[in-house]
Amino acid sequence: MSGKNTDMRTPLARVRGLGSAREGTGHFWRQRLTAIANIPLILFFVGFLIALNGADHEHVRAALANPFVALVMALVLISGLTHMRIGMQVIIEDYVHGEGMKLALIALNTFFTIAVGVASIFALLKLAFGG
Amino acid sequence: MSKSPATREFARRERPISPHLTVYRPPITMTMSIIHRITGGALYFGTLLVALWLMAAASSQATFDWANWAFGTWLGRIILFGYTWALMHHMLGGVRHLIWDTGAGLEKHTASKIAWATLAGSILLTLLIWIAGTMARGA
Repeated sequence: MSGKNTDMRTPLARVRGLGSAREGTGHFWRQRLTAIANIPLILFFVGFLIALNGADHEHVRAALANPFVALVMALVLISGLTHMRIGMQVIIEDYVHGEGMKLALIALNTFFTIAVGVASIFALLKLAFGG
Repeated sequence: MSKSPATREFARRERPISPHLTVYRPPITMTMSIIHRITGGALYFGTLLVALWLMAAASSQATFDWANWAFGTWLGRIILFGYTWALMHHMLGGVRHLIWDTGAGLEKHTASKIAWATLAGSILLTLLIWIAGTMARGA
């Protein structure tokens, strides 16, 4: 930044480093963060399903109602769904070029993620607190 | 537009073309990159199965038994087996990307080796999970 300054951004914009999309590297960083979190979380989920394979309803309910399992399952859902929402947005932005269609699909992507998340977490809460 | 014989002769001559997708033998890193995206897309819709399972568990005995039956049919098992593989492949592919993010493993032959390892690892883990699942069921 010494000498002739050809940067058109204000000093504040430069410090924030967010660029014209106002997102900066936040999107990239969240994708990495959830990717790292997903590794142990998904391994837990897979292990949990292996242990429950062939179990009856009573057994499955009791297992999911366990506070530790319920908490980790909520994390599996939140981290996994956040990760997949970002990933699907990148796919949409890569392949859909019509502005209207792109915006509609990005909105739909968020709605889908939230619908799956709310339904799953409601089921978890019902199992944990509903008795 | 009329072309001179010389121009037509020039156009007919075999000239080298830039490598394009259809005439380009895809390197393993490219194939794994495509599969990473496809498995990611598949897992996206696979979350519906997770939500279905959780809702069935939170619902009545009859609903849970129906979901268990559906997952246990041959079609259900094939889908779940594919789901397991997609999950493992996407996970290992993700680890590969995280390694690349550090700047390591980017050399051409190293990258190809890691890409093959991703495929082999995902198949191995999928089989191990299903063997473990079958053993848990039998026990």
